[in-house]
Amino acid sequence: MAELWTTYGFPLFIIVGQSLGVLVGLLLFTAYILYADRKIFAAVQMRRGPNVVGPWGLLQSFADLTKFLFKEAIIPSSANKGIYLLAPVITATLALSAWAVIPFDDGWVVADINVGLLYVLAFSSLGVYGIIMGGWASNSKYPFMGALRSAAQMVSYEVSLGFIVVCVLMTAGSMNLSDIVRAQDTGAGMFGWYWLIHFPAFVIFFISAIAETNRPPFDLPEAESELVAGYATEYSSTPFLLFFLGEFVAINLMAAMVTILFLGGWLPPFDWGPLHAVPGIIWFVLKVCFVFFLFAMVRAYVPRYRYDQLMRLGWKVFLPLSLGWVVVTAGVLVAFDLAP
Amino acid sequence: MEQLLSEYLPIVIFLGLSAVISIALLIVPFVIAPSNPDPEKLSAYECGFEAFDDSRMRFDVKFYLVAILFIIFDLEVAFLFPWAVSLGDVGLFGFWSMMAFLGVLTIGFIYEWKKGALEWD
Repeated sequence: MAELWTTYGFPLFIIVGQSLGVLVGLLLFTAYILYADRKIFAAVQMRRGPNVVGPWGLLQSFADLTKFLFKEAIIPSSANKGIYLLAPVITATLALSAWAVIPFDDGWVVADINVGLLYVLAFSSLGVYGIIMGGWASNSKYPFMGALRSAAQMVSYEVSLGFIVVCVLMTAGSMNLSDIVRAQDTGAGMFGWYWLIHFPAFVIFFISAIAETNRPPFDLPEAESELVAGYATEYSSTPFLLFFLGEFVAINLMAAMVTILFLGGWLPPFDWGPLHAVPGIIWFVLKVCFVFFLFAMVRAYVPRYRYDQLMRLGWKVFLPLSLGWVVVTAGVLVAFDLAP
Repeated sequence: MEQLLSEYLPIVIFLGLSAVISIALLIVPFVIAPSNPDPEKLSAYECGFEAFDDSRMRFDVKFYLVAILFIIFDLEVAFLFPWAVSLGDVGLFGFWSMMAFLGVLTIGFIYEWKKGALEWD
């Protein structure tokens, strides 16, 4: 019995503890990212933003959560009830579970699998199911159109995301996210990270990440002036909260992916002794916050795209550019025999 | 087998825990929140008046076209993954084979561009 505990029970206990730690940390982080998003948006418009609940409004997200929990959950009479309720659960679950392979520091990862990149790509692609199920099951016009637009937009930008991921993959020679970060540790500090040598890919990845997560200026699926609230129109209470949560966790995931693929993950910006003393997770969180700050600024500054412009950008600009970058990267790596 | 288990078991547990959190959040308002449904509240939203017709109507075939194009290019990406990881091992022959494959797909891409499949109006 004692042996069973040491071989299976204890490791299992550790895994559950780690997973819960990551999930709780992630949800808390998301709560403050939401607050930061609103504050940045407000600051750009010379407003104060949320400042009533708690000091400087720091508890705003928790007040919102409580309000969501005590609101009546409405299921439209014409909706397909099972799918209608399943859709937000799928969105939130898939968005959360992609974090299982994200390395927060050297070795700080729940599941250190060697196909981590593929796993993240797969889970962020599956996110489209939740949206299209929700839009279909609502049996209402605006959610239906919003879901269709959202699905088309997400699959369009996923192609260029995939090509760019392949570029990073070739340079690092591994699909393990920790190995990709280690490959960027060349001793040149931030100039050894992939944002510099893959600069065009970095820019395309950043913009595609915004489009993939339906953030403004690419928030066509929920363009208020056209589609009320897009696929979430019929949702209220926590089903709506789950969609919202899933969306923000997915945005955080994209910020983390930009950090890992292009900004050196947990590595310090300069290869200098005292900076190495700072725990890697602090660098990681700082970088994720920086990338999210850029996302928030884009949302505040850039006006919304038109749908045909959005599709043109995805298929006619980003797809050829990212495909070309794959060829260039592979060509350089093979020609100079640099491939790992 | 042991190694496979130790690598992938955390993912299963993580997936399970995130599903539990989501389902718990979904159930809470059905337990603690008030529920006073009436026919107007439960009707589908359409700018305040009765819905004109069924919402599962015909929609633009463009969405279908985008889905087909996506399958082609996503498969291409899926083929690129194993090649990219082993780029150092496949050598020049492997490199030119993939370039030929990408070339064929690029010809297809140019064709659909010229045919106007990427226009959205």
